[in-house]
Amino acid sequence: MNTIDYFKERFDQFQPNDDHSGLDKLREQAFEKFTLLGIPGIKHEEWKYTRIGNLFNREFHLPADPLTASINASDLDDLRLPGHEQANELVFVNGFFSFSLSNIKSKGLEVLTLEEASENGYKDIVNQWLGDSAQYLKDGINALNTAFVHGAVFIHVEKGQIIDHPLYIYHITDARSVNILSQPRSLMHVNESAHVQVIESYTTLGTNESFTNQVMEIIVEAEARFEYYKIQNDSSKTNQVSTTHIRQVGKSFTHAVTISLNGGIVRNNLNVVMDAKFCEAHLYGLYFQTGHSHIDNHTIVDNMKPNCLSNELYKGILNEHASGVFNGKIYVRQPAQKTNAYQSNKNILLSESSSINTKPQLEIFADDVKCTHGCTVGRLNEEGLFYLQSRGISEKVARSLLLSAYASDILEQIHHLPLRSYVEGLISLRLETDLK
Amino acid sequence: MLKIQNLHAGIEGKKILNGINLEIKPGEVHAIMGPNGSGKSTLASVLAGRSDYEVLEGTVEFLGRDLLDMSPEDRAALGLFLAFQYPVEIPGLNTVNFIKTAVNEVRKYRGEQPLDAVVFLKRMKEKMALVNIEQSLLSRSLNEGFSGGEKKRNEVFQMAMLEPRLAILDETDSGLDIDAIRIVSNGVNKLRNKDNAVLVVTHYQRLLDYIVPDFVHVLYNGRIVKSGPKELAFELEERGYDFIKNENTVEAV
Repeated sequence: MNTIDYFKERFDQFQPNDDHSGLDKLREQAFEKFTLLGIPGIKHEEWKYTRIGNLFNREFHLPADPLTASINASDLDDLRLPGHEQANELVFVNGFFSFSLSNIKSKGLEVLTLEEASENGYKDIVNQWLGDSAQYLKDGINALNTAFVHGAVFIHVEKGQIIDHPLYIYHITDARSVNILSQPRSLMHVNESAHVQVIESYTTLGTNESFTNQVMEIIVEAEARFEYYKIQNDSSKTNQVSTTHIRQVGKSFTHAVTISLNGGIVRNNLNVVMDAKFCEAHLYGLYFQTGHSHIDNHTIVDNMKPNCLSNELYKGILNEHASGVFNGKIYVRQPAQKTNAYQSNKNILLSESSSINTKPQLEIFADDVKCTHGCTVGRLNEEGLFYLQSRGISEKVARSLLLSAYASDILEQIHHLPLRSYVEGLISLRLETDLK
Repeated sequence: MLKIQNLHAGIEGKKILNGINLEIKPGEVHAIMGPNGSGKSTLASVLAGRSDYEVLEGTVEFLGRDLLDMSPEDRAALGLFLAFQYPVEIPGLNTVNFIKTAVNEVRKYRGEQPLDAVVFLKRMKEKMALVNIEQSLLSRSLNEGFSGGEKKRNEVFQMAMLEPRLAILDETDSGLDIDAIRIVSNGVNKLRNKDNAVLVVTHYQRLLDYIVPDFVHVLYNGRIVKSGPKELAFELEERGYDFIKNENTVEAV
């Protein structure tokens, strides 16, 4: 059983004696917070429909080093995404960043350990922004990640650099011999006028259970453009709390697409803090769940300054016993006049025992704003189904066509084309196997 | 080709068709006319296999097969086509992909190989010219944002691509102006031959100026109460449906 005592023991083993990075203080504070808050249970408002407490009843091993040696080139080849030949590739193993497996090709893209970054020129950025997500995610699970910031990475995109090839981040969990708890951590700084595309994917090796508690924090400066894709398509024995926290500190542009195609219990936190005038953010999500999988998308858009625009569309398909949660919070702070914020969540339930809890939450303190939100839960369009069948298309193919059509406006938001066709392929395959 | 005998059907416990008898032979055009609520669209829906309708009694034979026992897709593959009164909009489904899937699904049912891209494209171009539909429309999502006329032209285009033995046009003229009716009707007429048949379901006579029927049947209270040559349509147009209603009330007394 992974109790607080277990984590205390591990925490003491992890803390190095010769750390001058200042990270030790942050870890200590976070661990204190974790012992205070514990693992969030269903009484925690933000965790009402997603139970991760039971996961901690299992014996998870929190590795103290990346065990990189256990991953060979062919393991890596199996999980590489299409288009990787051109891409910059960052590899985490069991939550630890691995330089030896990673490959940075593009000019203007710098990757350091978080310790290095906090000891040299990036000290101020690290001090100011590492842990920023904790302001929004007040629970023990976020603190637990910070308490174990080891093997973390700092990614810097230089001022004015248009990164020519995307950055692929692979999170590998090696659960071939034991159940693994991994806690990847990264901080990214997209400097002024820089453009970058980031793609994250998750793979578990072996058949033991895994639990990934990830935090990625991104600072986006003025005139920068940050494009982000998260692809989740792991086995039913893999569980995740995956936090992506974006702070736009200058007039900038964010485009985020989250694709969740299975897993055990998956919780995504996507935060966009619009901390400058005229920021723009687009948040898209598609979840297609089956079996007993559970997907929870919690999003926060915080409009702090005037004239920002955000547009959010999440679509879900839930089959068999799958369950889902969508919780979309929009804050419009008092100074944030002329905010435009749109939000929509649509769901199709394909079976009697699938379910969705969807909740828009708007907290508006400014008076001159335009905000809309809406959610729908329904079944597959029967009239559409009959229309296709009446043209000779079998019921199974008709269902598959209708669901692909439903998903298409989210998939179109994947601007990196090799990735889009990859995801389209995954979905067609799923439609073929899932629809009977 | 189509033989309907004593067909009784309803929806959600409400009986709408009360014993329809109708026979259609290859090469013929039949029109079913009737006031609102007489059961015209129900008949079209039951023939195409819409699942919310329940058949209570009777038989329908189509090309020697028991039609009522077949799924909608098998009926279509066998050669039945329903042009919808309200074609369904499906955002995200490309019209060409949809038609290609339909054509190849029907071919699969008949044990034929799928059409290769070149042949499909060639056939599509021919049929597009026939029904006067432009490529730009077909590149869009199925019926999404189409005008009434564009939707109906798309129905006739699908009909052209699927080459059915029996086409049922359900209120194809509704919501169309005269020019659109002419274009759609021309398309249908060009597709007619001695081996196929058309069943036109309509409230008004005006569509029948363009698609001229061999037989006109008047549907009232779920039964065919009068059949005759095309001139019957003019009589209905002139006298309205009231005379049918009156005649039938008298009979009932």
